[in-house]
Amino acid sequence: MIALVGLVAVMTALSLLLGSNLISPYAVVGALVDPANDPGAVVWGSRVPRTVLGLLVGLCLGVAGAVMQGQTRNPLADPGIFGVSAGASLAVVIGVYVVGTSSVLATLWLALAGAIVASIVVFGVAALGRGLSSPVPLAIAGTAVSALLVALTSYLVLSDETTLAAYRIWVVGSLSGRTLDGVGIAALFALAGLVFAVANVRSLNSLALGTELARGLGENLLRARILGLAAITLLTASAVAITGPIGFIGLTAPHIARRLVRGDHSWLVPASGLIGACVLLACDVIGRVIGGTAEVPVGVVLTVLGGVVFIGIVRRGRIAAL
Amino acid sequence: MSILTRTPAHTPARSRRRTRVALVTTGCLVAAVLAGLIGILVGSSSLTAPDLVRTLLGGGTPGQELVVFELRMPRVLGGLLVGAALGLAGALTQTFARNPLATPDILGVTSGAALGAVLAIVVGGGSYAVGAGLLSLGLPAMAALGALATAAVVYGLSWRGGVDSYRLILIGIGATATLTGITSYLIARAQITDAQAASQWLVGSLSGMSWASVWPVLLTLAVVLPIALLQSSALAIGQLGDDLSTGLGVAVQRHKVIVIACAVLLTAAAVSASGPIEFVAFVAPQIVRRLARTGRPPLVASALMGAVIVAGGDAFARGVLPPGVPVGIVTAVIGAPYLIWLLTRRTERDTVS
Repeated sequence: MIALVGLVAVMTALSLLLGSNLISPYAVVGALVDPANDPGAVVWGSRVPRTVLGLLVGLCLGVAGAVMQGQTRNPLADPGIFGVSAGASLAVVIGVYVVGTSSVLATLWLALAGAIVASIVVFGVAALGRGLSSPVPLAIAGTAVSALLVALTSYLVLSDETTLAAYRIWVVGSLSGRTLDGVGIAALFALAGLVFAVANVRSLNSLALGTELARGLGENLLRARILGLAAITLLTASAVAITGPIGFIGLTAPHIARRLVRGDHSWLVPASGLIGACVLLACDVIGRVIGGTAEVPVGVVLTVLGGVVFIGIVRRGRIAAL
Repeated sequence: MSILTRTPAHTPARSRRRTRVALVTTGCLVAAVLAGLIGILVGSSSLTAPDLVRTLLGGGTPGQELVVFELRMPRVLGGLLVGAALGLAGALTQTFARNPLATPDILGVTSGAALGAVLAIVVGGGSYAVGAGLLSLGLPAMAALGALATAAVVYGLSWRGGVDSYRLILIGIGATATLTGITSYLIARAQITDAQAASQWLVGSLSGMSWASVWPVLLTLAVVLPIALLQSSALAIGQLGDDLSTGLGVAVQRHKVIVIACAVLLTAAAVSASGPIEFVAFVAPQIVRRLARTGRPPLVASALMGAVIVAGGDAFARGVLPPGVPVGIVTAVIGAPYLIWLLTRRTERDTVS
């Protein structure tokens, strides 16, 4: 765990130091100490916000993934499964299609709203059926609702060229051009999500024993479920709002974390969050460096490289089953 | 209902379940035939039911024969077959992985096919005119190649003195992520016309169906369906997990290779014919399982339900919706609400977790 924190610190430093604008490390440090010294406002105008947002989004996705897989006890569950990503996408596409807006800030608000509405619908469907206590219908309801939203999104995208042009860039997921302006609300949601996740950790440990046993241990299942779902929704929604849908971290960070720390969610959840932050920053840096002036979006680096690395990890060791 | 409640005294639960499965299968078969007939009738040029019967019996005008045999038949048959292949592939993967979220695209098949096709459109094309040329010739082949190659690589990578289902799925997820990342990057960097063509293909559509694209799917189904059915009892035992199945005498590794190969071939055939109509493989087995109230999705009924969803969705799109809506969108719009409705009124326990 200490190693993970150290790794995050290294990534943060790298993220501040490297970029398509070549600035000497000395100048970067100088600018950090004294903002007036900032050459072309690259450090405070671009690298610091990117790094902060990268850390935040990675942390959110990693934590959300660990809570999600703990809640559903399904290794294939990623945080997007509650329709969060699909809802955000549809809202963003509707924004472009109807109003023609694709500014970063408008996109952020639309994505946030879409994500939350979609997950409320998913919970509603599951609650109407067998209640929230069982994870399986929840996952299936989420997949079904997502598919519906994705279909509507594709329809809009296919019927309008401007929408496709904006959507194909957004959907990849990127930190480029993001500033700290206006992300306050997303950060607030993320913070609330993190608090809920921490509060949910103990329940995750008893849920891991199965619903029946958890109930026997005196766990208030409904409360545990709602807390976890709220955490996942808030975390994923704010991440999607900031960068666009990045699915891979939430799905894989918990698997890697489970290899480092076995079992106990009070270690697993923070470890997964730190891994998420590391991975996202590392991929953003790589994307900046390999692309030259036309940088490769973090979402692309993440899925392409991350997929390969993940395969390597899975092949090398025994992955602990849930 | 009275037939269902009055069951014989011996093994009542089992025979009741069998009756239900048979009932659901028959229902799906009838619905598939209906969807096919309606699919031939609806469309831009009008055709009445008597016209159809006359044409089928060989007494139609040349114009009617053209519409029925050359335009509608391949499209409708293609839809039925693609749907059946996807439904069956979905039922196989969900059963084999013991996870309702496991669809064939988790094995990397769909993302491989998508990358192959998008490469053909974006890189192979360069300009839109050439891309369109590739669309008619090289695209299905590229998609099939991508699908099979990816599945083989995923399977090979997960081999460590045998293939563990869990490891296979995780590696499939990794491969899917990598390939999807490349695909969406290609789309994001491509010319907007190529991006449009690629997005169109990625939704899945039956508009390009001809007899030439029907035969490969039909052939695959004809070969794979009997093999899959022969694996049925091993699949049932497989529900208990690898260790117990081995104990019960199932040759687990051989059985797995066969089931996975079946799912991969079915999906590859379907995807290269129509593009990825992804949702069908997930939703068809889930709906059928709930209707039949079985622990695992019945195979034949899943295939038939897939056929109903795709062919019915296409007929609905052509008959009711504004022109140009691809079937990949309609299947989700029809299938998802139905599954959601089934979910909200479900009272029994889920046995496939």
